[in-house]
Amino acid sequence: MSSLTVDEAPQAASHVHYLNVKFGVKSWLFTTDHKRIALLYLASITFFFFVGGAAAVLMRLHLLTPGGLLVEPATYNKLFTVHGILMVFFFLIPAIPAVLGNFLVPMMIGARDLAFPKLNLLSWYVYILGGLFTLYAVVAGGVDTGWTFYTPYSSTYSNSHVIAAALGIFITGFSSILTGLNFIVTIHKMRAPGLTWFRLPLFIWAIYATSIIFILGTPVLAITIVLVALERLFHIGVFDPALGGDPILFQHMFWFYSHPAVYIMILPGMGVESELITCFSRKKIFGYKFVAMSSLGIALLGFLVWGHHMFVSGQSMYAGMVFSILSYLVAVPSAVKVFNWTATLYKGSISYDAPMLYALGFIGLFTMGGVTGMFLASLGVNVHVHDTYFVIAHFHYIMVGGMVMAYLGGIHFWWPKISGRMYPQGWARFAALVIFVGFNLTFFPQYILGFLGMPRRYAVYPAEFQVLNVMSSAGASILGVGYLIPLIYFIWSMRYGPVASANPWNAKGLEWQTPSPPPTENFEEIPVVTEEAYDYPVREAQVA
Amino acid sequence: MAGHIVSIKLYALIFITLLVMTGVTTAVGYVDLGRWNIIIALAIAIFKASLVILFFMHMKYAGKLPRLVFASTLLWLAILITLTMSDVLTRSWDHPPQGWQSLSTSGQR
Amino acid sequence: MPEELAATAHQFEDLAQQHEADELGMWVFLGTEVMFFGGLFLGYTVYRHVYFGAFEAGSHLLDLLLGAVNTSVLIASSFTMALSVYAAQKGRKKTLITCLILTMILGSVFLGIKGVEYGQKFHHHLVPGYDFNPEGNFPAHMSLYFSFYFIMTGMHALHMIVGEGLLLVVLILAAKNRFTAAHHATVEVVGIYWHFVDIIWIFLFPLLYLIGGR
Repeated sequence: MSSLTVDEAPQAASHVHYLNVKFGVKSWLFTTDHKRIALLYLASITFFFFVGGAAAVLMRLHLLTPGGLLVEPATYNKLFTVHGILMVFFFLIPAIPAVLGNFLVPMMIGARDLAFPKLNLLSWYVYILGGLFTLYAVVAGGVDTGWTFYTPYSSTYSNSHVIAAALGIFITGFSSILTGLNFIVTIHKMRAPGLTWFRLPLFIWAIYATSIIFILGTPVLAITIVLVALERLFHIGVFDPALGGDPILFQHMFWFYSHPAVYIMILPGMGVESELITCFSRKKIFGYKFVAMSSLGIALLGFLVWGHHMFVSGQSMYAGMVFSILSYLVAVPSAVKVFNWTATLYKGSISYDAPMLYALGFIGLFTMGGVTGMFLASLGVNVHVHDTYFVIAHFHYIMVGGMVMAYLGGIHFWWPKISGRMYPQGWARFAALVIFVGFNLTFFPQYILGFLGMPRRYAVYPAEFQVLNVMSSAGASILGVGYLIPLIYFIWSMRYGPVASANPWNAKGLEWQTPSPPPTENFEEIPVVTEEAYDYPVREAQVA
Repeated sequence: MAGHIVSIKLYALIFITLLVMTGVTTAVGYVDLGRWNIIIALAIAIFKASLVILFFMHMKYAGKLPRLVFASTLLWLAILITLTMSDVLTRSWDHPPQGWQSLSTSGQR
Repeated sequence: MPEELAATAHQFEDLAQQHEADELGMWVFLGTEVMFFGGLFLGYTVYRHVYFGAFEAGSHLLDLLLGAVNTSVLIASSFTMALSVYAAQKGRKKTLITCLILTMILGSVFLGIKGVEYGQKFHHHLVPGYDFNPEGNFPAHMSLYFSFYFIMTGMHALHMIVGEGLLLVVLILAAKNRFTAAHHATVEVVGIYWHFVDIIWIFLFPLLYLIGGR
């Protein structure tokens, strides 16, 4: 049984919604409607995704041959830096919160808008301003420090445009802070009558946990960047060992934010996952409270483990032991989620629509990324594979295999609500499969490469690694094509797609109770919630 | 929450206490008490900050939520400082493997 | 109550909900501020531990009396800010405006005294990265103490300047009769921010001026 229903008779075109209520560039650039701001973010994030992706394609092409095919080693350094900065700060971190979060949070909790709509718009402008600084740094000659900006190289020795890029990240950080602040206040203060905390969709819990990290982590990154910039401009000595400074302190401050930032990326993906799994297996989530609480658990534990990035940095090995043990603890809430999704699938009435394909891909790829994370958390193994392609493969399984899969699944799931149109299911399923295959072909060989000892961030490699590198590059080109297909059919569907009904997936949740696309204030009348989340009708067969 | 009115008398009392405590902490600053200097100075600072938060910022009359936000911020700050110091304070305990001695002693620490 | 309706933004049910949201928003924002300064406090703690002697020596080069006076000035500004909120709650426009102006003046006095102290540091060649060449013998790495002195007090001063700007906005709104006894969340929220900046200084004072007895 397909759960997809398309209105045979399209809704009357007179239906006024957030897209047709006003027209013109001004109505978009000065909007305070959270749904329109979400679309502004969607467009800009997609742009940065493809720019960052282009850098990745160039790197993979370059690595086709052991001696390097395309660029000078110095240029290669700049390529991986651009790829890292754009993907981390301008795609992965804002993607789900700023696009899907912005669009869905008020609707899922039955509010007319976020608590501070003007701040919300400001956050987009701040994001764009930060993006411009970063792009300027790239165009002006690039940055070669890697996205991690390790001192003292970044603060004293690098001759590239560190300050412009750092300033871009500093500015973009404020957009994260504003978004997080808005979400926290909105979720606390603006829930519809009857919508108690334990009736909230799990996506909201995930976004709430993410916002905590935004709020408490990002400022530390901001001050760290300020210190690097001051060090670079005035040589004040804070991170320069020649003047008594401690470069490892930089790594502490940087990873205090940047490790939790990994959870900023994956937590919202987990939230999307809970929505997709329940809808397409037509079952209540298994262990609601555990899944909800594991989000908060990850938000807290995520701040206790940053030292596992620094096992070989010169950090005290006693601190290393503590960080290693704490790192294993994060596996607990992550595993709770994976097991609960699997248990939800059990005896569910599963349909394989495109969003569900992404959701299933997420579970497998995230698990592989998570389990290899356990290898890396172990002090001894870490020394062996530190800064190798094993690490690259590990975090790409989480970031691309996990987060990007969930993001695409979410976009496919809510696209009818966002645009009011359906996209071609066949193409969407095909693209999901292409992406899955391309992804694994790209990154699985990198696990092996890393285990054999190929270090990351080098423009050349020994000849015996070529076969695996060619496989990886071939996979990258398949992956690249896979990402282009949805871009094409989503744009196509905006004009030619069949009109979507209010609830094409027969899903639960307040966002499906309002027309697609929703009116500006989301609901004709603020709904009153009387049931728990995911209250799908129980089938006879399931009970038996 | 919003709306509780603190009397001018109480505000003035807090103000005077804060000034007196500033005087005390400054006076202590002129005496060398070894490590007790910082302990006394920080204790007074925490006392002063608590007065400002509770009465000037109305935390005493606020709901649970601002307190929760405030408490979690302090927890996170404690995590940042404690875990970083767990590295800085124990770095000198490390004994480098044999043969690395000459390398490690040439470093700063 | 048409006035109250007009003051409520469309996304809120009523004015009370809006006030609560504003206040919570400010507290959450202060959380980010604590973490922002927290990074500096962390760096300070690390280097103070590693170079304690240098930090003590650096601290003794500060003017404790000026620091104490400045602390009192800032506390007084917090007091007048609290009185502003009191006046707003009671709907007394004149008192509100007077107290706001007093707060701004006291804030400016603080910044002025800070400027005098900065001037002294430049005069004594105590500015790392620009002119660090103190007279006589001084411990190695004392420049790190002054780096933190300038960054921490500088960041604090920056927040003071932002606060002065916010106070100016509140002052203009007050003069335009935008506040009533029922509707004055802006005054309260800006007040909370101002007190927070005061609290940062309450900690900077002992950390920078009172290391070791003199």
